[in-house]
Amino acid sequence: MLVVPGDILYEGRIRTGDNTYRSQGKVSATRIGLVNYTKGMVSVIALEARFNPLTGDLVIGEVVDIELGKWILDIDAATPAVLNVPDAIDAPFRSDIDMTKILDVGDIVVAKIVDMDRQRTPILSILGRDLGRVAEGFIVRLTPSKIPRLIGKKGSMVNMILRETGCNIVIGQNGRILIHGKTREQEEQAVSVIEKIEREAHISGLTNRVQEYLKNMKEEKG
Amino acid sequence: MSKEKKKTRRKTKKKPTKRFDGRNPMELRPIKIESGVLPNADGSAYIEMGKNKVLVGVFGPKEMHPKRFAKPNMATLRCRYHMSPFSVDPRRSPAPSRRDMEIGMVMTWALEPAIFLDRYPRSVIEVYAEILEADGGTRTACINAATVALVDAGIPMRDLVASCSAGKMDGKLVVDLGDYEDKEGEADVPLAYMPKLEKITLLQMDGVLPPNEFEECINLAIEGCKQIYEIQREALKKKYGISEELQEEAEE
Repeated sequence: MLVVPGDILYEGRIRTGDNTYRSQGKVSATRIGLVNYTKGMVSVIALEARFNPLTGDLVIGEVVDIELGKWILDIDAATPAVLNVPDAIDAPFRSDIDMTKILDVGDIVVAKIVDMDRQRTPILSILGRDLGRVAEGFIVRLTPSKIPRLIGKKGSMVNMILRETGCNIVIGQNGRILIHGKTREQEEQAVSVIEKIEREAHISGLTNRVQEYLKNMKEEKG
Repeated sequence: MSKEKKKTRRKTKKKPTKRFDGRNPMELRPIKIESGVLPNADGSAYIEMGKNKVLVGVFGPKEMHPKRFAKPNMATLRCRYHMSPFSVDPRRSPAPSRRDMEIGMVMTWALEPAIFLDRYPRSVIEVYAEILEADGGTRTACINAATVALVDAGIPMRDLVASCSAGKMDGKLVVDLGDYEDKEGEADVPLAYMPKLEKITLLQMDGVLPPNEFEECINLAIEGCKQIYEIQREALKKKYGISEELQEEAEE
């Protein structure tokens, strides 16, 4: 059921899940979304929400600034993220390092949130497999709360898209998705599928509809 | 309720004389709200409230610039109210006037209680309201549209804020005053209200009213807000409306 902020979801004793709040014994929604009652808990699956960075999230960000010993990245969160030099080259910062040679302003980076500092600024790292600067591909945006629908149950949705389009897809938890295929056509296919998910994420039977959509697209082409 | 109040109410009921624009005293202007109209804003809304036409964009929560204005414990809400030069006759200067700044501040105060600002410390939420056509009661239209835009931006809120005005024109109490009633009438009471929490977030008055009529005006405006609240809900749900049919299909 679609709810808007302020809608009363439950009166009485119940645990409050995501996007809900309790006031005077009533549990209400804080965002527009779909209500989900599970055992002893009520939550709202948001249809519109900003990315809430958590430790361990894989994100795709853009370098917006370089300061002494650190890069500042925009990861579509309320505050920008920080990437320190030791988290980028696995060596301590020295003043003779030319930081722009490693990452420059405007670069797109796949990174992992390893920590939050005292002011809850996300600290990133690009040390690890498949992390680091992105050389080519498409970046598409999806509302961050819809990422679980793109992945599907045990990755069923994303695996299907991988199989059908032949593209390599990296999903950032912040809603930026990197698509890299062999041909422009493949990439455009994957982009249109993600746009479809953005529009229809809140309707059940999404995987089947996407499968059909991909099939139709292939037939049109063939 | 006092006897006097009953008297005035009976009077208005007995003579349902039309207002100058053909409305009944308790009738709102036709309202149309649309959400998600600006692709580059985080959230947006467009409202038509009678002849008022307002476009609202919401950006953020994002980093505050300059940084020293950021509050360490909560987000800041910034509202900018601006009337386009062509929104009124005669054309006005596009520079922000004293009135624009006041209404921007009033919008901030009206919306702040509904938002969980403490969830986003050191950041800023920006609301830009642009009046494309003005016909009295633009601040209420702005607040109505800004609420829809804030929800569209995915900002956590306690409740929606609906806003409506009530006032007195030719000795009669009326709701949702138009430009002519605003200027020629005896009093104008704009009010913003959170219908589910039953809390008033904005209350202003322009003109002179006896205390009993002032209270009556508040009640009338609250009734108006409740009607507007339903329209806001519909507007928010409409964005996902086409898909509700799909949902029924999927359930079948």
